[in-house]
Amino acid sequence: MVLLGAVGVIVRKHPVHAALSLVLTLFGVAVLFVSQEAHFLAAVQVIVYAGAIVVLFLFVIMLLGVDRVENLRTEPLTAQRPLAIITCLGLVGVLVAAIVNGSGVLNERGEGIKLPDLQNGPDANTVQLAESIFSKYVVAFEVTSVLLVIAVVGTVLLTRKTKSSSGGQTK
Amino acid sequence: MISLTLVPTATWYLVLAAVLFSIGTFGVLVRRNPLVMFMCIELMLNAVNLTFVALARELNDINGQTIVFFVMVVAAAEVVVGLGIIVSIMRNRSALTADDLAELKG
Repeated sequence: MVLLGAVGVIVRKHPVHAALSLVLTLFGVAVLFVSQEAHFLAAVQVIVYAGAIVVLFLFVIMLLGVDRVENLRTEPLTAQRPLAIITCLGLVGVLVAAIVNGSGVLNERGEGIKLPDLQNGPDANTVQLAESIFSKYVVAFEVTSVLLVIAVVGTVLLTRKTKSSSGGQTK
Repeated sequence: MISLTLVPTATWYLVLAAVLFSIGTFGVLVRRNPLVMFMCIELMLNAVNLTFVALARELNDINGQTIVFFVMVVAAAEVVVGLGIIVSIMRNRSALTADDLAELKG
């Protein structure tokens, strides 16, 4: 299902269809997160990605009116697609070879992931992730909050129409 | 080394993430619409997130999931800024392909 959605993103001509295929992929990844005991990240994945980001994509598509069908038959650059296919197949080959060769050197370390059971409670993953974020990585957490503020302010500055400048010149 | 049972091991998750990443790369290389290219970048980010979660499970380490959390936050900020740039470019012209991003140079 994940791969079906991913292929849908790149082969659908209509941008709205591509965005809906992206939703399929993101939900599939969220399901895989649940199956690997990352419950909090699955919830964040559904809320942030499948909720906010895809809605933002659809909003921009509708706002700009670019929901035209893209002509995928013609190839803008000669030999672009065969080169891209060769590159991506090579990438798959290299990554799979690395995974298969490197799977022997994986060994357990770290303090362990708490699984939800009767002893830890049903929200063990969320509690442990919160302890990690707010104790060990609290500086990084604060920096990301600053980054979000910068991104919001920068986007507002970027997209707002300047009324003072004449002739539609943006500063 | 690869078990052929139906129980998904970490290797299968990693291979799935690799394929997902490559599909995203292919989309970025081929598609001309910047919005679809952004979606493909999101695909690549999700593939890396899946890798992090699979390895966190395999190595029994919570720090992988912490990094995935930060990646999600930064990806949200990146999408906001990128869509802002696209909107500000699209305001002046009707059609948009990736070639129009050459307008960005001063």
